[in-house]
Amino acid sequence: SFLIDSGIMVTSQVLFFGFGWLFFMRKLFKDYEVRQYVVQVIFSVTFAFSCTMFELIIFEILGVLNSSSRYFHWKLNLCVILLILVFMVPFYIGYFVVSNIRLLHRQKLLFACVLWLTFMYFFWKLGDPFPILSPKHGILSIEQLISRVGVIGVTLMALLSGFGAVNCPYTYMSYFLRNVTDADILALERRLLQTMDMIVSKKKRIAVAHRTMFQRGEVHNKPTGFWGMIKSVTTSVAGSENLSLIQQEVDALEELSRQLFLETADLHATKERIEYSKTFQGKYFNFLGYFFSIYCVWKIFMATINIVFDRVGKTDPVTRGIEITVNYLGIQFDVKFWSQHISFILVGIIIVTSIRGLLITLTKFFYAISSSKSSNVIVLLLAQIMGMYFVSSVLLIRMSMPLEYRTIITEVLGELQFNFYHRWFDVIFLVSALSSILFLYLAHKQAPEKHMAL
Amino acid sequence: MAALDRVKVLVLGDSGVGKSSLVHLLCHNQVLGNPSWTVGCSVDVRIHDYKEGTPEEKTYYIELWDVGGSVGSATSVKSTRAVFYNLLNGIILVHDLTNKKSSQNLYRWSLEALNRDVAPTGVLVTNGDYDREQFADNQIPLLVIGTKLDQIPETKRHEVLTRTAFLAEDFNAEEINLDCTNPRYLAAGSSNAVKLSRFFDKVIEKRYFLRDGNQVPGFSERKRFGGGTLKSLHYD
Repeated sequence: SFLIDSGIMVTSQVLFFGFGWLFFMRKLFKDYEVRQYVVQVIFSVTFAFSCTMFELIIFEILGVLNSSSRYFHWKLNLCVILLILVFMVPFYIGYFVVSNIRLLHRQKLLFACVLWLTFMYFFWKLGDPFPILSPKHGILSIEQLISRVGVIGVTLMALLSGFGAVNCPYTYMSYFLRNVTDADILALERRLLQTMDMIVSKKKRIAVAHRTMFQRGEVHNKPTGFWGMIKSVTTSVAGSENLSLIQQEVDALEELSRQLFLETADLHATKERIEYSKTFQGKYFNFLGYFFSIYCVWKIFMATINIVFDRVGKTDPVTRGIEITVNYLGIQFDVKFWSQHISFILVGIIIVTSIRGLLITLTKFFYAISSSKSSNVIVLLLAQIMGMYFVSSVLLIRMSMPLEYRTIITEVLGELQFNFYHRWFDVIFLVSALSSILFLYLAHKQAPEKHMAL
Repeated sequence: MAALDRVKVLVLGDSGVGKSSLVHLLCHNQVLGNPSWTVGCSVDVRIHDYKEGTPEEKTYYIELWDVGGSVGSATSVKSTRAVFYNLLNGIILVHDLTNKKSSQNLYRWSLEALNRDVAPTGVLVTNGDYDREQFADNQIPLLVIGTKLDQIPETKRHEVLTRTAFLAEDFNAEEINLDCTNPRYLAAGSSNAVKLSRFFDKVIEKRYFLRDGNQVPGFSERKRFGGGTLKSLHYD
């Protein structure tokens, strides 16, 4: 029976691996060529083992598989994930960063090891200011690693949640959409083309000047070095001074053209969103936006209460909900049976939405900042973030499950101070949500003024 | 001297293939020391002698418009980029010889520049698949340039060059393969320099010396919502 269980686990792991592989190929790297298959393998492996952890939680709730084999697989999974997150991925990130820098090409491995050791040092130091461990643990135990990974992951989760909770209603609701007319876009485009024309005419003058000087046999050297500067004081070529002035103007105009381009793209995007908000789907999202803004305000309120009154919820939502229905509404039903199914559904929803949300965010982030040189490094960074995020999700999800299912997580992850993680999550969530509100407010205020100045 | 005639040539390709280095090499005959990200569009000017060495020699300005970005950008970015595609006279398609995807993306790039049909919602309509007939009766001269030739090991060179030959054939265009950090590929008198010269001559011919004497302003004027055409704001 242990063999059967292991067989099931391995098959599911292979399935997740395949899914991660496909996602990598189709979505993340669809405009780039995969030259280093190592990167793809690492990403898929991280994804596979993270998903297996969630799968084990579901199995725990549903009571599938033998309990001892579940425990064994938990331990195994955890060890592998920690190995990947702490040893492999950082090392490869260092390796690819170094191979991008041409100077250090010779001793790639050496510098990669140096980078990895620096990472380990800071990673270890991270544990000092936090009260996350009881002193009876040894140095090389799982708890040491998990606690630190948990801190980083929980910080990330809270940052993303805070920003997401504020940004979601902001993007969904059409109340915040700036009014962009076609005339605005046309005016801006006209300015952009005018700037480009000015750049072109100045560059023509420079090119013509270079050509005539070249034809007349004058070698146009920029005065370099100390003696060159002394020489240029006495023998000033009128043409070259003029040219450097024009070159400065060109540089300024090019900067302006870049800004105008970005603003025009922004206006086009806003206009598309306005169009979209008039469709049926757009109206639906607008309504959702109002709903989410209420939810966001409630969450911020709850986080503040948690911090101020120093309370961490003792019972999970499922049991509490069942209690309420049984005690106050007088509906009698089989608590054990229903709590199992409801927590399965609830936990399942949480897991699926967090995986999906994370993958979408990562993809958007990747498109925005990657280039063909840095794509490997960025994908590995994303794999690291994903792994840490999933590990800390497991930590936090413990709170949403009834007591009898929490035991496995408590057993496997050792004696971490789980309460600390929840407090930390609330603090960072609050900070992130409030600063997102501030940031979005400033950005929103500034844009119409820029717009008016056209 | 400033009253020379001008033609506009677009330089298109994926980000990171070396368009900025190429344009710098073409215009200044020097290697670009510190290539950085191109945001929006950067223009440079090359002075070209049409029909060099013959009695009809005339000097023209060739504006090389290097449009940055990736072919999978958001539609808002594509709509903004489309502003630069007005009144173009020639296209240089640049791809990276070490990256097959960049060669495949050239089809989409050329479609984006040539099919500038803007639907009323502002979304560019491209059907993704290239149509060889579309390129057969295309009036705008194309040139395909492959970069980073020095990074291809000798053993693979033949296979890569055959692939690029097919690519150039699909576009009905000439091809040049070079390394943008080495000016000797475009040294005067080399076959690459001759091809380049021929391409620019063809662009100038199509713009100024059509057989029926009419001036054809590119594929199609970009129509605005409201029906008017965007006025040309180039000062000569």
